[in-house]
Amino acid sequence: MRAFIQFFVLFGLWLLLTWSLQPADLIAGAVVSVIVVALMGNMFIQRATNILNPVRIFWMLFYIPYLLWYILWANIDVAYRVINPSMPIRPGIVRFKTGLKTDMGKTFLANSITLTPGTLTVDIVGDEFFVHWINVKFDGDPKKQGEEIAGKFERIIRRIFE
Amino acid sequence: MSVLMMIYIWALVISAFLCLYRIGMGPTPPDRTVAIDNLGTIVVGFCAFLSLFTGKDFYLNIGISWSLLAFVGTIALAKFLERRSFDE
Amino acid sequence: MSETIAYIMMTVGVLFDLLGCVGLVRLPDVYNRLQAATKCVTLGTCMILLGVFVLTGFTAMGIKALICMFFILITNPTSAHALARGSHKAGVPLWPGSVIDEYQEIQEKKS
Repeated sequence: MRAFIQFFVLFGLWLLLTWSLQPADLIAGAVVSVIVVALMGNMFIQRATNILNPVRIFWMLFYIPYLLWYILWANIDVAYRVINPSMPIRPGIVRFKTGLKTDMGKTFLANSITLTPGTLTVDIVGDEFFVHWINVKFDGDPKKQGEEIAGKFERIIRRIFE
Repeated sequence: MSVLMMIYIWALVISAFLCLYRIGMGPTPPDRTVAIDNLGTIVVGFCAFLSLFTGKDFYLNIGISWSLLAFVGTIALAKFLERRSFDE
Repeated sequence: MSETIAYIMMTVGVLFDLLGCVGLVRLPDVYNRLQAATKCVTLGTCMILLGVFVLTGFTAMGIKALICMFFILITNPTSAHALARGSHKAGVPLWPGSVIDEYQEIQEKKS
């Protein structure tokens, strides 16, 4: 089952990239996809059947515009700090705990944190995130900091990947 | 719209030169690496404009492979900065 | 109509690219530079590619622009994360005006 899903993901990517339906292209794409599945099958995501779950797909489709909106805000914020002649920055590295268990969820949370206002993931140790924040608030209170940085994404990511 | 296109291209050229300034003057090796990574992403923007300008889509193929190669190179440099072996 | 939207998107994208590179030159240390550079340049280039997609629609060029945008959105934060960790482990100090560094405490406790 997992191998089939991987094959169709790769073959779909090939079709989109070549953008032609001639038999030669189709056969070449199928052969290459089969070879890649045979060689690299164990590097694909573990619980691949989750991709077909409609509830998860719905939350994913909700998550993308939500994330894009925050990315736009992040850029306006950073651009303001850059152009301002006095540069109002107050950087530091803070840490907080997350409730997510799976590696996939942690990866997505880390990437989302990196793309949103003023924060950049530096390292993940177990379930603790270390985040570089360009404007530190709530000195040394991990709970409030975690809620401020990751709370809004964590609730949705839990529905998609857990 | 070709005047607008020239303005875009020149803005990207200026940003590429700002990156080059950081590559040349960066006080530490990570500064230079960050600037190199950014230069790669800006080149992908160039490729998008080139393909729009000429109407040929293979420039976007160059953009895709450029972004993936820049990613691999940056990861390798980051591992090198950490002073760890590559197979870890 | 869609042409106007596409040109507005590309203008915003180029503007963010420029601002990200200004931030790369102006900000004081590696981590702040990484913040400005990663966020602004990623969104800038994605906006340019999205503008190309809106302008050309569902043709070979538009689909390739979408795939390129997807790859950039996945790979750029990951490489920023790897670079931040690498430069912290290589011993690059934070800017003297920084407030707090809890990662350093963990590293010292471990060694």
